[in-house]
Amino acid sequence: MTRPEMAGPGKTAITLAVNGTSRQLELEPRTTLAEALRNTLGLTGTKIACNRGACSACTVWLNGQPVLSCMTLAIDAAGQEITTIEGLAHGEALHPVQDAFIEHDAMQCGFCTPGMVMSCAALLERNPHPDAEAVRDAIAGHYCRCGTYPHVVAATLAAAERKP
Amino acid sequence: MYDFEYLKPKALAEAASILAGDGDAKALAGGMTFIPVLKQRLNKPSKVVDLAALGLSGIKVSGETVEIGAMTTHATVAASADVKRAIPALAKLAGNIGDEAVRHRGTIGGSLANNDPSACYPAAVLAMGATIVTNKRRIEADNYFQGMFATALEQGEVITSVVFPVPAKAAYMKFANPASRYAMVGVFVAKGPKGTRVAVTGAGQNGVFRHKAMEEALAKNWSADAVAGVKTPADGLNSDIHASAEYRAHLVGVMAKRAVAAAG
Ligand SMILES: Cc1cc2nc3c(=O)[nH]c(=O)nc-3n(C[C@H](O)[C@H](O)[C@H](O)COP(=O)(O)OP(=O)(O)OC[C@H]3O[C@@H](n4cnc5c(N)ncnc54)[C@H](O)[C@@H]3O)c2cc1C
Repeated sequence: MTRPEMAGPGKTAITLAVNGTSRQLELEPRTTLAEALRNTLGLTGTKIACNRGACSACTVWLNGQPVLSCMTLAIDAAGQEITTIEGLAHGEALHPVQDAFIEHDAMQCGFCTPGMVMSCAALLERNPHPDAEAVRDAIAGHYCRCGTYPHVVAATLAAAERKP
Repeated sequence: MYDFEYLKPKALAEAASILAGDGDAKALAGGMTFIPVLKQRLNKPSKVVDLAALGLSGIKVSGETVEIGAMTTHATVAASADVKRAIPALAKLAGNIGDEAVRHRGTIGGSLANNDPSACYPAAVLAMGATIVTNKRRIEADNYFQGMFATALEQGEVITSVVFPVPAKAAYMKFANPASRYAMVGVFVAKGPKGTRVAVTGAGQNGVFRHKAMEEALAKNWSADAVAGVKTPADGLNSDIHASAEYRAHLVGVMAKRAVAAAG
């Protein structure tokens, strides 16, 4: 029997593919993806709020699909393509969902916004012309304590209109 | 989280031997329950054995059965054209679990190994009389669920797939907790090769259970009216901040009626 790959409990070298760039990190296996992104890579756009899967503030994409980075081990994400809010814009050109969020005032305090944007942008990738119900379903896991949900729905529908 | 050693074996036999050889080693599927448990330090595993590289994800449909690999995510089941065709109620159940991000990581094997008393899949497995396949044996649904968070799985036993016999009629209705979308009460009704069966999740103090009185009523007369006449006692049902046992008993009847109507 071959020996399985083994890591930890101390720090281990891992490689994460983040926003198209390969990044080398030294992490303990117990480190979550959210912690690795924020504390090790300095990508603080991804927020940690409830830290237990109840609020979706930490949403990033794994291979293009929205997942909760606080509920995923960084080491488990090795070998997969990770996209964070920092990777959504193309240089100065914002993603259509980001533009629409600004136009429609789809944020108040802003803490839930990066996660919301990741979920709404993922929705438009798989369903370019969603209705309001589909947007509400896509953000069903997100908590916005300011209550900006109607603006988020309006912004996402507007972004869908505009997206080429 | 306490620290642990992390392993990602590529063969089932390796994963099973690590888990069987160390009582403190734990399997990791999508982490949707396991990671928060670790964060709360409710568990201190020596080793975490990630099942992601074992090739346990996938769906196989034959004429009479649908076999779903243990690591298949809820999102994959919900989107599967094969499952939608063979057992539409199962695809719909998977698509209504939690939220989208949870569905992209949460797995059928993790859900069944965990056997949360409010989880959806246990109701489908019990109502359709599915078989849980592990690295060691095949376990019938009726012998698998053994109370809240308790199953027939032994230390180190790994679920590899679940085989559902395709029912003639089936539907699942849940009264979801509006925050988590776990079932406050969920009822799965099925008429198929394993008989006419009704499974209730979210309500019982001992987790998922079969509603024998409703099964008898439906076996005689498959209609919403037939279950409407069956009273569900509140004894043995859960009472918590979300709902009293009496309210849950009432919801069992309502969800059952809706499920039978939806199954057609
Ligand atoms: C916000 C939120 C909402 C949710 N809503 C719902 C809902 O509406 N309905 C519902 O049914 N569920 C719901 N869930 C549960 C979720 O969908 C997962 O099914 C569940 O958390 C199990 O997750 P997992 O597959 O990632 O397993 P993990 O968390 O990785 O593992 C869970 C347990 O099972 C063991 N295990 C995992 N796989 C195997 C295997 N193949 N063999 C043996 N043991 C194994 C692990 O060792 C661990 O003890 C929700 C979860 C969250 C976080």
